Amino acid sequence: MSKAESTETTGDGVIQNVSGPVVSARDLDARMNDVVYVGDEGLMGEVIEIEGNITTVQVYEETSGVAPGEPVETTGEPLSVDLGPGMLDAIYDGVQRPLDVLEGKMGSPYLDRGVDAPGIDLEKEWEFDPTVEVGDEVGRGDVVGVVEETVTIDHKVMVPPDALEEDETAAVTAIEAGSFDVTETVAELSNGTAVSMHQEWPVREPRPSANKKTPRTPLVSGQRILDGLFPIAKGGTAAIPGPFGSGKTVTQHQLAKYADADIIVYVGCGERGNEMTEVIEDFPELEDPANGNPLMARTSLIANTSNMPVAARESCIYTGITIAEFYRDMGYDVALMADSTSRWAEAMREISSRLEEMPGEEGYPAYLAARLAQFYERAGYFENVNGTEGSVSAIGAVSPPGGDFSEPVTQNTLRIVKTFWALDADLAERRHFPSINWNESYSLYKNQLDPWFQENVEEDWPEKRQWAVDVLDEETELQEIVQLVGKDALPDDQQLTLEVARYLREAYLQQNAFHPVDTYCPPEKTYLMLTTIETFNDEAFDALEAGVPVEEIIDVESVPRINRIGVQEDYEEYVEELKADITEELRSLY
Amino acid sequence: MKEYQTITEISGPLVYAEVDEAIGYDEIVEIETAQGETLRGQVLESSEGVVAIQVFEGTSGIDQNASVRFLGETMKMPVTEDLLGRVLDGSGRPIDDGPEIVPEERQDIVGAAINPYSREYPEEFIETGVSAIDGMNTLVRGQKLPIFSSSGQPHSELAMQIARQASVPEEEEEGDDEEGSEFAVIFGAMGITQEEANEFMEDFERTGALERSVVFMNLADDPAVERTVTPRMVLTTAEYLAFEKDYHVLVILTDMTNYCEALREIGAAREEVPGRRGYPGYMYTDLAQLYERAGRIQGREGSVTQIPILTMPGDDDTHPIPDLTGYITEGQIYVDPDLNSQGLEPPVNVLPSLSRLMDDGIGEGLTRGDHGGVSDQMYAAYAEGEDLRDLVNIVGREALSERDNKYLDFADAFETEFIDQGFETDRGLEETLDIGWDLLSMLPKEELNRVDEEFIEEYYREDDSEREVVEAAD
Repeated sequence: MSKAESTETTGDGVIQNVSGPVVSARDLDARMNDVVYVGDEGLMGEVIEIEGNITTVQVYEETSGVAPGEPVETTGEPLSVDLGPGMLDAIYDGVQRPLDVLEGKMGSPYLDRGVDAPGIDLEKEWEFDPTVEVGDEVGRGDVVGVVEETVTIDHKVMVPPDALEEDETAAVTAIEAGSFDVTETVAELSNGTAVSMHQEWPVREPRPSANKKTPRTPLVSGQRILDGLFPIAKGGTAAIPGPFGSGKTVTQHQLAKYADADIIVYVGCGERGNEMTEVIEDFPELEDPANGNPLMARTSLIANTSNMPVAARESCIYTGITIAEFYRDMGYDVALMADSTSRWAEAMREISSRLEEMPGEEGYPAYLAARLAQFYERAGYFENVNGTEGSVSAIGAVSPPGGDFSEPVTQNTLRIVKTFWALDADLAERRHFPSINWNESYSLYKNQLDPWFQENVEEDWPEKRQWAVDVLDEETELQEIVQLVGKDALPDDQQLTLEVARYLREAYLQQNAFHPVDTYCPPEKTYLMLTTIETFNDEAFDALEAGVPVEEIIDVESVPRINRIGVQEDYEEYVEELKADITEELRSLY
Repeated sequence: MKEYQTITEISGPLVYAEVDEAIGYDEIVEIETAQGETLRGQVLESSEGVVAIQVFEGTSGIDQNASVRFLGETMKMPVTEDLLGRVLDGSGRPIDDGPEIVPEERQDIVGAAINPYSREYPEEFIETGVSAIDGMNTLVRGQKLPIFSSSGQPHSELAMQIARQASVPEEEEEGDDEEGSEFAVIFGAMGITQEEANEFMEDFERTGALERSVVFMNLADDPAVERTVTPRMVLTTAEYLAFEKDYHVLVILTDMTNYCEALREIGAAREEVPGRRGYPGYMYTDLAQLYERAGRIQGREGSVTQIPILTMPGDDDTHPIPDLTGYITEGQIYVDPDLNSQGLEPPVNVLPSLSRLMDDGIGEGLTRGDHGGVSDQMYAAYAEGEDLRDLVNIVGREALSERDNKYLDFADAFETEFIDQGFETDRGLEETLDIGWDLLSMLPKEELNRVDEEFIEEYYREDDSEREVVEAAD
């Protein structure tokens, strides 16, 4: 984590009480949220309460064996992250300690205590390429040069936002191309600021921006039900609630793999260790659909699994979003996935109850709603202080106990986010994946994103979507009747609607994340698939009107081929042929 | 080592004592009662001057004259390969009249978290010989896959079947493989009855499995608080055998519900703010610290696979215990009372069951290319058949279309032929998949939209008569 340069301490305290991750100390001269080192082993912690001369600390590591009387030292600084090149293709714990470095330092596959490491490699040299010259005026946040961080991403070296006042500028007095490590000065400004590649930023404070704008471009995910029915904008917020086994994590992984963001920050918050391992193993091998480079080249991972200390779970969400904001400042579109925000909320609850705070609903602290809102508010489409535009999209999984969406975390999240992808255990049970319930889910970005889809995919995108929604709605109503009287009791046209809806569900809404082709579906293909089903719909109803019995229409041989569009690589040709076949066959019936 | 006779308060399983030195959090304590009995406990909260101690054996017999000794270390498990074949109590002391155990190492039972970076992703298929698991919810090495059951269900039989069968083909297969690792079962009983325990023991002895097993017994009449250490002892032993002695360890923990009850009891005694249904707010973290100890580690041969068993109070999977478990484990196997009363063995309901690691553990080169498709298709077809059963109750079979009737037949056959194999039958994967194809062939070919066409060509039985033959041969 961040105490990269200075770890000098002031005002020592003495431990008075230890209870799990919460330690209280006497006579510690520290401010709220300061980082402290606890005990003889120097375990990292953060000040969360001060009362008289008693300071309460949440400790980010296991506290077994820590005893009263041991010292507590403060660093005098709040919990911060190291920002600079090297954050991509990295894997961190909740307080930005690189897990690969920790493995080397600890010499064991287990996470030991009291070992610290800077969030970015302080010794690695990067090839710095200036973009400004001596004499140029620069303001806060302005880019002075670039380094190639990974094959995909050019890391922009910026004037720290706190180096100058708003609207203040300073002249560059020295700047040079060459090889530097992150702590070396790469540019000097007339006000005395030495710009290096390394910045520090307190995680609980949003990085400044000039302006927040209405997002108007979609975060294209390559998932049909998301792009087609419930799109999220770049800079938007979304929640994915669902009971266990309904596919939250697979959906988050699919987004991390295929969303067309420049940078992905994936926060595994209190989830399974093996899932994070899967990401670590898979991402370097997977190709970025935009450019064919390894996916890790645009990804930063934060893994605080469920068995890692609970206090670090509380902070990992903030660590993630601060890293995301830093890349946003460079003008990138960043997508942050948090899996799962419920674990984060539970970490708050656990700490809160150890502090014996008055509990709110279901034992969660009263400030739960405020914390959730603060987190999602850090997402958005921004005009940065340096004039560039960048976005942070935040997508949070929610794990409601018993799959009951009326619990506090889901409800408080829904009040903030604008896209809601409701996962459904029934759908998951019948292996309908992604098991996103089309009746309950919604996206409030639909209308502001339509112009983009009209311009970039097809003019009638919104109408087609509405058609699909209408058919699915009608199916839901009809299914209620079918449950009572059976399908055959319905009139022919309604039976046909059910058949069309079945293709919408099975071919269009379902998508196989484990099939090499079907896993990613570009918007063009999503659109063509929908029009194929619509072709069937239109032709079938024409046939019905011409007197063809519904059984014959349903039995048309070419129609089931709709189910195979998803797995076709050359889908354009396939769809064209299929549409022609369906039309021809159905017309031959009358 | 100082002795204190300074107990100030005794409340449920907790004892408060005054001290004049610094006592570490989690440290082990010995309490000697006036009658000369020695009880063990652990520091739950340590303040200057006073500590709260949780006593494993319960606090009866302790009075203010009891003396308290702090051992200056956290709880350790003495581990050695010699533990195999031994029966221990819930605190890790032998109860089988065997020779004294000479430990090679003493390991902290809390166990540090495995660095996610050092883990190896589990993708080695374990053949359990149970179709409902191998075919539909494949188990892989390093997975944690609980059995969700309720009182009165044969979950123990299923667990024993898995333990018995998972081990056998393993040794045969790897006979020519020099690096082949050995298989071990660690059985952790928490608060189960003597009778249930006997069933397990008899099965272990009958099949000769005891030699490669370690058994930890905390029975229903043993102290409840001890249950909170038993699984940690079990997993410490498992980790030692897996990651230092290269065993493939299968850990069976039964019954997790009793463990959680013990957590609640301690929480209540400490007057903590309770979470849902009175269980402590940190139960998720606590359970995760157990379940997450399953896995594989890069560069180590062995693996820890966990099958925790829990009985859902009221057969309700939204109860906090199954709910939190489901969020941590990599899937779950449901034992269904309805299927049980129909006499299915094992009565596994595959619809809500799930193995999250299945997709990476099956397919070409691992099991068989068609495995994923067959499983998905059977899921979808069985779910559809199940739905139709409700409808049949209302409108009768005649009112349904031919297609619907085929799905109904499929659902029936799926239960009687695929699921109901008996607790003693060991089915190979090939056999499981072949039965799967027999069943899928009851449906029209066009309905099989989840299986790749090439596999339909290869395995679909055009002729229904072929199916009859297989059935007749059964």
